[in-house]
Amino acid sequence: MTQLPPVPAPLSAESEIEPEVAIRVRDVVVGFGQKLVLKGLDLDVRRGEVLGFVGGSGTGKSVLTRAILGLVPKRSGAIEVFGQNLDELRGAQRRALERRWGVLFQQGALFSGLTVLQNIQLPMREHLQLSQSLMNELAMLKLDLVGLKRDAADKFPSELSGGMIKRAALARALSLDPEILFLDEPTSGLDPIGAAEFDQLIATLQKTLGLTVYMVTHDLDSLYSICDRIAALADGKIVATGTIEEMLASGHPWVRAYFHGQRARQLALPQA
Amino acid sequence: MTSLQPKEPATGAPQQNEPRVSGESSPDGTRLLLTGLWTLERSGAMEAAAGDLELIGAKAAAHGGALLIDLAGVAGLDTAGAWLIDRARARLAQAGAVVEVRWAAERQAILLDQAHYRSFEASAPRPGSPLVNWLANIGETLVSAGRDLVAGVSFLGEVVASLLRALSHPSRLRPTSITYHVENFAFRALPIIALINFLVGCIVAQQGVFQLSRFGAAAFAVDLIGILVLRELAVLLTSIMVAGRTGSAITAELGSMKMREEIDALRVMGLDPMEVLVTPRLIALLISLPLLTFLAGISALFGGLLVAWGYGGISPEIFLARLQNAIGLNTFLVGLIKAPFMALVIGVIACLEGFRVQGSAESLGRQVTASVVKAIFMVIVVDGMFAMFFAAIKY
Repeated sequence: MTQLPPVPAPLSAESEIEPEVAIRVRDVVVGFGQKLVLKGLDLDVRRGEVLGFVGGSGTGKSVLTRAILGLVPKRSGAIEVFGQNLDELRGAQRRALERRWGVLFQQGALFSGLTVLQNIQLPMREHLQLSQSLMNELAMLKLDLVGLKRDAADKFPSELSGGMIKRAALARALSLDPEILFLDEPTSGLDPIGAAEFDQLIATLQKTLGLTVYMVTHDLDSLYSICDRIAALADGKIVATGTIEEMLASGHPWVRAYFHGQRARQLALPQA
Repeated sequence: MTSLQPKEPATGAPQQNEPRVSGESSPDGTRLLLTGLWTLERSGAMEAAAGDLELIGAKAAAHGGALLIDLAGVAGLDTAGAWLIDRARARLAQAGAVVEVRWAAERQAILLDQAHYRSFEASAPRPGSPLVNWLANIGETLVSAGRDLVAGVSFLGEVVASLLRALSHPSRLRPTSITYHVENFAFRALPIIALINFLVGCIVAQQGVFQLSRFGAAAFAVDLIGILVLRELAVLLTSIMVAGRTGSAITAELGSMKMREEIDALRVMGLDPMEVLVTPRLIALLISLPLLTFLAGISALFGGLLVAWGYGGISPEIFLARLQNAIGLNTFLVGLIKAPFMALVIGVIACLEGFRVQGSAESLGRQVTASVVKAIFMVIVVDGMFAMFFAAIKY
């Protein structure tokens, strides 16, 4: 963080007023072949918030996440993380930035040849100089934090249930104490009780560790219970952002359909 | 009480925020002052500083008085830092010292609480001497080999029953499926199998001419080629190639169907996977392997003829004439009779391993490897048994 080259700040006009922005996406275009998936998309994720990112299947939610993470090339536009433009980062700077985020993939993406403990230790082993005994302790601590039993440590991913895989993958995402956590459909494939527990876990961790959480989700319960703000993606652009109340008031047809559908209406009813 | 005020970190440049510990004694006890970044960014230095913390703390505790871990100078803390600090506190307390952690910022206090020290020692006791483990491994391997044999034989029984059923009701034979598989197993495999046999024929001829010419018996190279190729090499090479090429494909195909519950889907629709999937493949293999073996033999003989002509100076006319004398119909049939048995061995192992695939992709890879290795091994064993059999009946 010490001697970064001065980053041209074309967007600094408003950043004085707004709360600090962790991820700033401006005018990003991503396409595959002839088809444009994201057509000039703008998005801000503020530091310390939980942003829920919704959109219909196949509209490019995952594409945007992958573009921010650098897994999908973008055609134009700028993505800044902590005020640093990702395109201008090279080598060590880029790796230093990558250590500040953790990613929970949809299927967990745990390395199948490693035990849960080894999975959690892998980023530590590669990036840090810690003794093996301390890495063991820290990995066990992460397991405790995500609510996994200690005997899960020596299991292989194939021996875990869906909920345990998500928790183990979350523990791995947290292994370097990241500042931003990317979650790709964290509650998909979990039963409602497991999903609610996972939501609470994320909310607790977000508060205690001071995380910024970027969450792609379809789960209306998650949106209602833990998201500070919601961004809705349709037609390759963000069509609405705001709190759940603002989303309910939005006039965009897709957003209306999403938040006023049969499933959403049951949630919006005041709990007796 | 005056000494118990939070103390500002030593002024001046905090050297790149390195995590540090300094001890400061007073009559009331010792203040352990932590400064710098206690985060994973400073991983190595942080672990060293935690060691210092315990050392200084233990020394100070030996002199008596309370210990005070002062966090006011900590510039940054994460769970790892919190863990190290709380671990040091817990260990000092265990050694009998009176320890207190003070002046943590609000967020740091939450982290210290979340990452409070706990013992993980109960986990992972791995007992057993190497010798016992070694013996246990041998035992497990033997038992699983025995299970493989039983499973293979019972599967063979099922296959035979299903083949007989199919033959007794020819309408259930699925000719389209069989034709499709014959195209894949035989027609598309022909170029590579013909090429390999051609090359091996060339090599055998070259070696035969080269070695036998030392006894002035170069012409006997033709006998050597004819008998070796027709009795053993053609069928063996073809079977090994088919085990590698077709056996692995069958295992992968059935395995991925098993993974995606397609086989269960067939079962709940009232279809027998044996009849729908296994029988057509086995029949196709039973047709393909003899055809391939025949063509492989021809191709190897052709390779031998070319080399014997070019390298050994044996003209094609002489080659063919000697060949006719050297081999009989039985030489040719010995090779061909083995082919369907090889097909059965390869097909049964490939299907069996395919059905053994579990839910994960790595089990698919493991099963495909096992299928090829077992099939090649069994092909060679069966070939050896045939060699003994034919020797015994003097065929």
